[in-house]
Amino acid sequence: MFMIFGIPGPLLFGQLLLGLINGAFYALLSLGLAVIFGLLNIINFAHGSLFMMGAFAAWILLEYLGIGYWPALILSPLIIGAFGLLLEKTVISRLYKLDHLYGLLLTFGLSLIIEGLFRNYYGSSGMPYQIPPALSGATDLGFMFMPNYRGWVVVVAVVVCFATWLVIEKTRLGATLRAATENAPMVQAFGVNVPRLVTLTYAAGVALAAFAGVLAAPIYSVNPNMGSNFIIVVFAVVVIGGMGSILGSILTGFMLGVVEGLTKVFYPQGSATVIFVVMVIVLLMRPAGLFGKAA
Amino acid sequence: MTPIVPITRRTLLGSTAAALPTILAPRRGRAQAAAGIKIGVLNDMSGPYRDISGPVSVACVRQAIEDSGVVAKGIAVDVLVGDHQNKPDVGAGIARQWADRDGVDMIIDVPNSGVALAVAGVAREKDKVYINSNAGTADLTGPACAPTTLHWTYDTWMLAHSTGGAMVKQGGTSWFFITADYAFGHALERDTTAFVKSAGGTVLGSVATPFPGTTDFSSFLLQAQASRAKVIGLCNAGSDTTNCIKQAAEFGVTSGGTKLAGLLVFVSDVHALGLKAAAGLVLTETFYWDLNDRTRAVTKRITAKSDGVVPGMGQAGVYSGALAYLRTVAAMTAPVAKASGAKTVERMKTMTFDDDAFGTSTIRADGRVLHPAYLFEVKTPQESHGAWDYYKLLATIPADQAFRPLTDGGCPLVHA
Repeated sequence: MFMIFGIPGPLLFGQLLLGLINGAFYALLSLGLAVIFGLLNIINFAHGSLFMMGAFAAWILLEYLGIGYWPALILSPLIIGAFGLLLEKTVISRLYKLDHLYGLLLTFGLSLIIEGLFRNYYGSSGMPYQIPPALSGATDLGFMFMPNYRGWVVVVAVVVCFATWLVIEKTRLGATLRAATENAPMVQAFGVNVPRLVTLTYAAGVALAAFAGVLAAPIYSVNPNMGSNFIIVVFAVVVIGGMGSILGSILTGFMLGVVEGLTKVFYPQGSATVIFVVMVIVLLMRPAGLFGKAA
Repeated sequence: MTPIVPITRRTLLGSTAAALPTILAPRRGRAQAAAGIKIGVLNDMSGPYRDISGPVSVACVRQAIEDSGVVAKGIAVDVLVGDHQNKPDVGAGIARQWADRDGVDMIIDVPNSGVALAVAGVAREKDKVYINSNAGTADLTGPACAPTTLHWTYDTWMLAHSTGGAMVKQGGTSWFFITADYAFGHALERDTTAFVKSAGGTVLGSVATPFPGTTDFSSFLLQAQASRAKVIGLCNAGSDTTNCIKQAAEFGVTSGGTKLAGLLVFVSDVHALGLKAAAGLVLTETFYWDLNDRTRAVTKRITAKSDGVVPGMGQAGVYSGALAYLRTVAAMTAPVAKASGAKTVERMKTMTFDDDAFGTSTIRADGRVLHPAYLFEVKTPQESHGAWDYYKLLATIPADQAFRPLTDGGCPLVHA
């Protein structure tokens, strides 16, 4: 067995792969946040709760209606996306004219309420959700045992991230969206219904969070705290990538997953902190983030 | 600006929640408080330990009041509830306020070893009875023992001795620990290591995982697997443990022949995991609802008050502890019991208690409550016959062997 920095090679490769898998979740979650921030200028602190709601929607669909994983992968984002639509229409849209901080406070408050309600009804230790039969089992890669489901998560995450980036950067719809962010009155003058566009964008960001929630349900137990465990890290990812930069948050998500994975081998106690150390360093050197445009 | 990590909903709420017991506690004058007994249930109502304590513990206290029959004897009992949010300062603050202002006579439950030790100090200073049912650290009856403290349900020594010892006997001679990086995790690792070594086993390594905030344990599990240890000891609790078990199955760690030792697993954790993921797990509890006719009967009474949630050992310990306390109060009369917590505990140590949850219990000089412990194995989905039918009994460890010998704990009360 060969060694790299005193760690057996196969173990290190395994850790790199695990880092990529976790990075896929970071990328998917930060993508939704980046879309919402980039196009709406709202710091959506409720993102973690919406991610949790996505997982719970999948669990509820299975438990009460017998609807399995595959339909839930579509249905749950639709349901939670509709909830996001409602949220945007009723409360969030009232804050666009105010400072960022108000949006942050409102969405933070919303996330406390949502988590509290779920905790009250479902307790704190979570609900079991099985891996779908088609993806259970694992593949022996020689240097590690790779669960098929985790492989699926990475593939789906990459596809969804790339598709979102394509839509926003390369299509006419994306161009309209970006134009609306730059100069809303002008776009409206061209006959585009900007408020509706904004509402739908928020709903799409929320749907992405719910989609990640369904993906996460079989790996982590479905519990009311699952969102708050992720949200702080995901915010760090968005900040490091550059607020609002879509490509930035995708690449940073994967990259930080790997950094975290390596820390778990060399200094496990620091693995919860390393992302914030990176954040501090990046902010000192490039205040706009790795991929952000300087204001 | 505060550092990033503490910005959770709990830190932000911390200051507001310190005021919570004020809202929950009925305000009464001192004259009225002197008439009856006040029990304060201090636990986690909103965080990771809610399901092992929380509202079900409160239901257990109410059931204990009913079963004790003290109300019929003219002793009024009030119950106060506080949420310590797993913060020692918040927990100690509530305990102090209960003692100083609300006239609470006994504090019960208190999961989380850090909070438990802080509250023990307050109870001692204020001369109030302190029955801890849900914290792990064996230090409560060791160096940190107090004349007002009783440790009711389990402790790290008992878990390490029972589960650890059983695993070594089954051939698990080499160990690797995945340890939550805080007081409880390290205490559990220390105690288990001692047993493994004294039984002739070896410890190949350990990894300290950040607590709280770790959700993905696959990396640590692979490190454990790479050490070629026969047993991976999980020195953690709650969702950390359930995530470890789930992910060990996912990464083929357990199917590769490595065994998992869940050193602290509650029935609510098994419920959360589902039998498919938890089957075969060996664990120790001092109470299981389906143990005998008496445990089934008391569970039936409690679930009527707990929305059907079956109590785990920590909550059953709250029932048992509150019942024993109320019986002592009835024997001593309320004014005498209220006058001194230490005197009440002293009296309790001379008595023998019997209840439906734990059977016969006695209390030792260091405050350790003695009753049998049970080694269980989690059933497979095929073996389970219905909701909450999760365990099969492997062995019963008699009360006199289940806990740390009196002289080994280093409790100053023992030599005094």
